[in-house]
Amino acid sequence: MHKISFPIMGDYNVPANFLLNKAFKEEIIMPPPITSKTIELGTKYSPDFVCTPFKYTLGTMIEAIQKGADTLIQMGGGCRYGYYGEVQAQILKDLGYDVKLINLVTKGKLSLRRIVKVLKQADIKYSKLKAIYYGFIAIKMVKYMDIIDDYIRENIGFEIKEGSFEALKFNMLKEFSQVKNHHELKKIYRYYQKEITSVPIRKPDKPLKIGIIGELYTIMEPFSNYYLEKQLAQNKIEIKRFTNVHYLLFEKQNKIKEYLKYVKKYIKYQLGADGADNVARTKYLCEAGYDGIIHIKSSFCTPEIGVMPIINKIASEYEVPVLFFSFDANTSETGIKTRLEAFYDMLEMRREK
Amino acid sequence: MKDAYLGVDIGSISTKGVIIDDDNNIITSSYIWTEGSPIKAVRKLIDILKKDLPSNYQIKGIGTTGSARKLIGLLLNANIVKNEITAHAVGTLTFYPDVRTILEIGGQDSKIILLKNGIITNYAMNTLCAAGTGSFLSSQAKRLGLDVSEFGKYALKSKNPVKIAARCTVFAESDLVHKAQVGYKVEDIVAGLCKSIVLNYLNNVGKGKKIEAPIIFQGGVSKNVGVIKYFKEILGEDIIVDENGHLMGAIGIAVLARKNKIGKTYSLELSDIAFDTKAFECSGCPNNCELLKIYRNNELVDSWGSKCGKY
Repeated sequence: MHKISFPIMGDYNVPANFLLNKAFKEEIIMPPPITSKTIELGTKYSPDFVCTPFKYTLGTMIEAIQKGADTLIQMGGGCRYGYYGEVQAQILKDLGYDVKLINLVTKGKLSLRRIVKVLKQADIKYSKLKAIYYGFIAIKMVKYMDIIDDYIRENIGFEIKEGSFEALKFNMLKEFSQVKNHHELKKIYRYYQKEITSVPIRKPDKPLKIGIIGELYTIMEPFSNYYLEKQLAQNKIEIKRFTNVHYLLFEKQNKIKEYLKYVKKYIKYQLGADGADNVARTKYLCEAGYDGIIHIKSSFCTPEIGVMPIINKIASEYEVPVLFFSFDANTSETGIKTRLEAFYDMLEMRREK
Repeated sequence: MKDAYLGVDIGSISTKGVIIDDDNNIITSSYIWTEGSPIKAVRKLIDILKKDLPSNYQIKGIGTTGSARKLIGLLLNANIVKNEITAHAVGTLTFYPDVRTILEIGGQDSKIILLKNGIITNYAMNTLCAAGTGSFLSSQAKRLGLDVSEFGKYALKSKNPVKIAARCTVFAESDLVHKAQVGYKVEDIVAGLCKSIVLNYLNNVGKGKKIEAPIIFQGGVSKNVGVIKYFKEILGEDIIVDENGHLMGAIGIAVLARKNKIGKTYSLELSDIAFDTKAFECSGCPNNCELLKIYRNNELVDSWGSKCGKY
């Protein structure tokens, strides 16, 4: 029997763990939460100039191996991320770990036929029927989580009793992880949706609104962005974020043409990964009256570096301030705080005038 | 009794303090070295300011800014603690309401602030490296055997500044050594260094920012006439350097302390206040957070560094 594990990102380990446990006839090892130790391990064994998500995922893999995993799952992407699986497999092999690494995505494409082939090669036993059924539930779970998160992001800065949203969400994820069928999932979702939307908040008519755009892993894993959303919320700011797993899996392909048309004044082609998406989002945020934009990425993220001058240009045309952050394993937290504080002060001063 | 407001700007290299009245007049000010101990420096600073403060003034507000703002805010019981970007902008706007660009080069960091109609529209701080900041200049001055305050004048003597690779402090230093060893004159090297600081600043901090006049240059490095000269030359605009430029952060935070006063009167007597910090590492989870507990009069007032909120 194999012991399977996977890298962690945000709260998405809940649906991932759910699906693997239900569909695979193998033992699933839940990776430990990301801590300073994870990134320390990842940094130690990664090439220095590789982007930070590589280091985080490598760190989690090593921690999962230490917990007993012998088979790891990695997903590729539309940039260097697409080669992560192969490079990480080599690093783990050089470190003397005898593990199998399954890359579900190659050449930036996710094809079911390929996944079936790869799983067969790795001799992973699973039930096809269950994979389809629970895959459907896991996708729904992701969608529900993303809807709830969007609401929380807009309102968490204004909750009257601190921690109410987080406590509810914690319980929701706990119940999600134990659902038996779609009906039950939907019931739990409806219950928490009602609970979460009725959390008492004190929100001014026109709160400061900030849109967060940038590279996907850094956006979705709060540890890697130094809990940026939390810090913003503490300053009573409404947050809008576009990137989530549901978007990446199901919405991105359909929207990209529309996006390119929307920003044809600035770009003609896609820029790799979420580059074109972020250009379109910048224009949208400017037109929708957001007070400011925060662009975050991991250091050395090539597609996003290419996007930055275009964002600057759009934002200066609309006179909307943009703050750029590059996060690395060695980023100083004080530096982030100072810049965020100044950004917040600036937005507030602009409002007052 | 007349009201007065204290602003303290605790930077990496120097600690600045001003006391202003209701009309933004500077009653007294001081500028001392931080010398790695912000608490000690501030105690010294307050003693100096206290001596010069006429007895018919009472302190109605205290603000702190600069990299040690949080710590000193607790020591002084400040009514406002703000970052240095906002403080510098507010201070400068008090005296120059039309300013469009503030260039600031301090000991460890450099920043640019763009303003329009009296509000900040954009800003940036150096991110990766301290090349081209005050501490680099002073270490190079020491290496060349010059006094850092004479450095700028020396640069003005040069007719032919050498080119220095100033992208990174370490590379710049090896380039400087190389230029000296092949026989370039000291004034040409000093001038080259001043010029490279300007270029480095404009390429890194000022990248993509539209610099418009009136331009004000501040921070410790603004005392260097060589750097001023090259800013003028490269930007093709006049550069204003205020004689109180080094105090702008402190003035700004004093102004903010007045705007946010809470009706309390503060004492400047610090000698009887015990202030201590204790550091320890939490081993509750693999995060191993470095925690710092702050005690004021042996009472725990704050603790920093916890990721989970346990402390």
